[in-house]
Amino acid sequence: MSGAQEAALAVQKQDIRSRWLLSAPALLIIFFAAVGPLLVMLLYSFMAKGDYGDVRFGEFSLDGWVSVFFQRDIFDDTLGLADAHLSIIWRSLQLSFFTTLLTLILGFPTAYFIATRPPHSREIWVFLVTIPFWTNLLIRTFAMQQVIRNEGLLNNALIWLGVIERPLQIMYTDTANLLGMTYVYLPLMVLPLYASIEKLDFRLVEAGYDLYASRLQVLRRIVIPLVKPGIIAGSILVFIPSLGAYVIPRVLGGGKNMMLGNLIEMQFGSGRNWPLGAAMSITLMALVMVALIFYVRNASRGGSSHV
Amino acid sequence: MKTKWMTTTATAAIAMLFAANAASAAGQLNIYNWGDYTNPELIKKFEEKFDVKVTVTDYDSNDTALAKVRAGGHGFDVVVPSANYVQIWIKEGLLQEARPDQMENFKNVDERWVDVPWDPGRHYTVPWQWGLTGIGVNTSVYKGDINTSAIFLDPPEELAGKINVAPEMNDVLFATIKYFGGDWCTTDKDVLRKVRDKLVEAKTKWLAMDYSVTEKLPAGDYAAVYYWNGAIMRSRIKNADIKFGYPKEGFPYFMDSVALLKDAKNTENAKLFMNFIMEPENAALISAFAKYSNGVKGSEQFLPADMQDAPELVVPAEFQPAGEFLASCEPDVQQLYTRIWTELQK
Amino acid sequence: MFKSHFDIRSQPGFGLITLFTFFALYLPIAALVIYSFNGAESLSRWDGFSARWFVAAWQNAAVQDAAIRSLVIAIWAAFLATIAATMAALATTRTTPYRGLTFKYALINQPLMVPEIVTAVALLIVFSRIKVWTGYSGLGYLVVAHTAFCIPFAYLPIRARLESMDLTLERAAADLYATRWQTFRHVTLPLLRPAVIAGFMLAFVISLDDVVITEFVKSGGQDTLPTYMLGQLRRETTPEINAIATVFLALSTALVVVFFFINRKKQ
Repeated sequence: MSGAQEAALAVQKQDIRSRWLLSAPALLIIFFAAVGPLLVMLLYSFMAKGDYGDVRFGEFSLDGWVSVFFQRDIFDDTLGLADAHLSIIWRSLQLSFFTTLLTLILGFPTAYFIATRPPHSREIWVFLVTIPFWTNLLIRTFAMQQVIRNEGLLNNALIWLGVIERPLQIMYTDTANLLGMTYVYLPLMVLPLYASIEKLDFRLVEAGYDLYASRLQVLRRIVIPLVKPGIIAGSILVFIPSLGAYVIPRVLGGGKNMMLGNLIEMQFGSGRNWPLGAAMSITLMALVMVALIFYVRNASRGGSSHV
Repeated sequence: MKTKWMTTTATAAIAMLFAANAASAAGQLNIYNWGDYTNPELIKKFEEKFDVKVTVTDYDSNDTALAKVRAGGHGFDVVVPSANYVQIWIKEGLLQEARPDQMENFKNVDERWVDVPWDPGRHYTVPWQWGLTGIGVNTSVYKGDINTSAIFLDPPEELAGKINVAPEMNDVLFATIKYFGGDWCTTDKDVLRKVRDKLVEAKTKWLAMDYSVTEKLPAGDYAAVYYWNGAIMRSRIKNADIKFGYPKEGFPYFMDSVALLKDAKNTENAKLFMNFIMEPENAALISAFAKYSNGVKGSEQFLPADMQDAPELVVPAEFQPAGEFLASCEPDVQQLYTRIWTELQK
Repeated sequence: MFKSHFDIRSQPGFGLITLFTFFALYLPIAALVIYSFNGAESLSRWDGFSARWFVAAWQNAAVQDAAIRSLVIAIWAAFLATIAATMAALATTRTTPYRGLTFKYALINQPLMVPEIVTAVALLIVFSRIKVWTGYSGLGYLVVAHTAFCIPFAYLPIRARLESMDLTLERAAADLYATRWQTFRHVTLPLLRPAVIAGFMLAFVISLDDVVITEFVKSGGQDTLPTYMLGQLRRETTPEINAIATVFLALSTALVVVFFFINRKKQ
């Protein structure tokens, strides 16, 4: 090995070491307050359930895991797919997907608009996006309810305009859930998008126009690929919390249909089946984790290509 | 200037981080109660009388409270579990015998609430408030018989699509099992099958399973509810068309009672507090705030006028036999009920 | 401004959608603020202008304590999370993949992936042991728990920006013999600023919002505004909640404006 190679290797090694040091505080906090406790949960998912919540410590059981997907029928005792669980999971996935889509449709143009303002006013716009969110989730959910309820602002305005004759029943439907989640999670989409669009090199856009690209082509072929990391970050930030949404289905959805967050919560609450709750959450986490790693691999490839 | 401002904030923040628990255990009492359930006036009166600093911390479900206390390190002295949970707390070894039955003010407790099934002779707990789950109907919408669970299980046409049912598994299953003549905690598959099918069918006629009754029932968003009597009384005060019905097929009572925790640090103050709330004037303060009955004789005269003979709070003799305390079912029965409940909400 | 000039930055319809977004964002907030001046007991029926709920909130010591506690926790958690996240973002971007990189991504984003209730129950189990051992039961536990779930929220925007930032300027600085710290302080950080601010704001908002984890981790006398309100959700909600929210909004807006002007002057 030549001296130069050795030196380069040493620099690289040092670089990696300093990268570990830099990330240490974040990793330590997360390990202590998120991953560590989760390992406890993993352990709990393999225990027998306690009579009144909790688990019987040291008593091994696979019941929690089995009943995530399979359950004996209450009445004829045949073993079948746990269709109640599966349909709740399916509904959550659908609603979260549409929430992500809606926030993207509204959030992308907004972030783009903000990022193309003069530099000094951009931060003001960003603050304007976040100010409604300085009140907490419960209050925002109540505020949303004022707008969409039967005697609410939206229905009154539509009646006054003569668009409809009687109020639309939006409250207590999946539409209410969708509107509520879009409202609540919108800044989680706008902010990362903004951070990434703001960095966009508009000379590339100019080059596109020089080659007679249309506005739509420029948007599709140049802007969107360049800000893909932002789109992915925003989508993750919206999609995952939507999956676990708990307050919104209760208040706006009227609590008639559960979402995954409510189902899991119930196992730790009145359902008194902690192992099942633990197994459900780990299943959910594993699914999301696989999707995320897949995304990140793609994103870093797309991200580094234009540097 | 900016750094100075930041230093000040940081110092204040650090100070708060450590100040919170600096107060010594002497002269303190830490109450763990349902949210929005403790009258601040009651607390103030207690603090002034005994020179004790009281903290009140909220929970929103029996199971959360149970889980937290069982885990330990919570720092609470007294807790207010519901009747069907008291036995669980005792079985899990979380309570100590405070012997309220030997306290000075115990003579004020209504005989009806002394030999209760969950705490015979009251060795552990002191009554806080009790109530029941019943029917509230807006009589400008529906004029028929309202003393039946059919209001939400087989709703009349006028009410369909405007019904709210309390999102409480035990209360809803109780009423439905009784509706088919079953016993609470039954495992009879025929009854349970009927219960499940009826609930799944009835749910299509419900608007919501929500807690915001006191606001939406008087406003007309809901025309009928299956809910707690205190909330329906509040609704009736706002809108005189609201009437209360006692389901003749069967309705559940609840009672929340104050209990002393085994690992309490302020046992003496906790006992003082338990004795304190058995005084009629103080029990009335509890009721005046949360609008449910208490279990103390002679507190009526201290109640606000609109509560003294409220039809929602005073159960008529003819309906008394239909009422029953929600017992805590065996774990496997409870699991069966959870399954039905999950299927209902899928 | 220059109508005839072809603006390469603009996209048709984006301005309109932005307008709609802001309208939609502020409409519920406007309703919230207006109803905080409602004289009636109810959230929905308007019964004349009145400041009674502000008076009620002002006299409600429990609410004030809870609000201040929420703010203290959120400031701490957002501050710590942003620092940790910025460092972690610097360590995980713009590098050839090295062993453990994917592992780091996964670890940093882990708090996002778990439903809150699970983290909450798990933290309850772990923290209550520590509380018993150490005897300390202050706000520190809440700050640590909040910091952990705030980190990914701060990390993602910062990372997104770093990834699309080119290395030319930093290389130039290095060529001019700037130390790594100097490069970071005078080149990277100023370029990163918008993302750091975005990350901090996100973390702050997320911490203010948290109900479930706080509910399980809090010790006696540590209700925050959301856990206080969770208790009310089950019983009766009056416009007092709106009044509290309005005050909160006004205070935080004022804080942000002051912060802005100080910053502006410095520049």
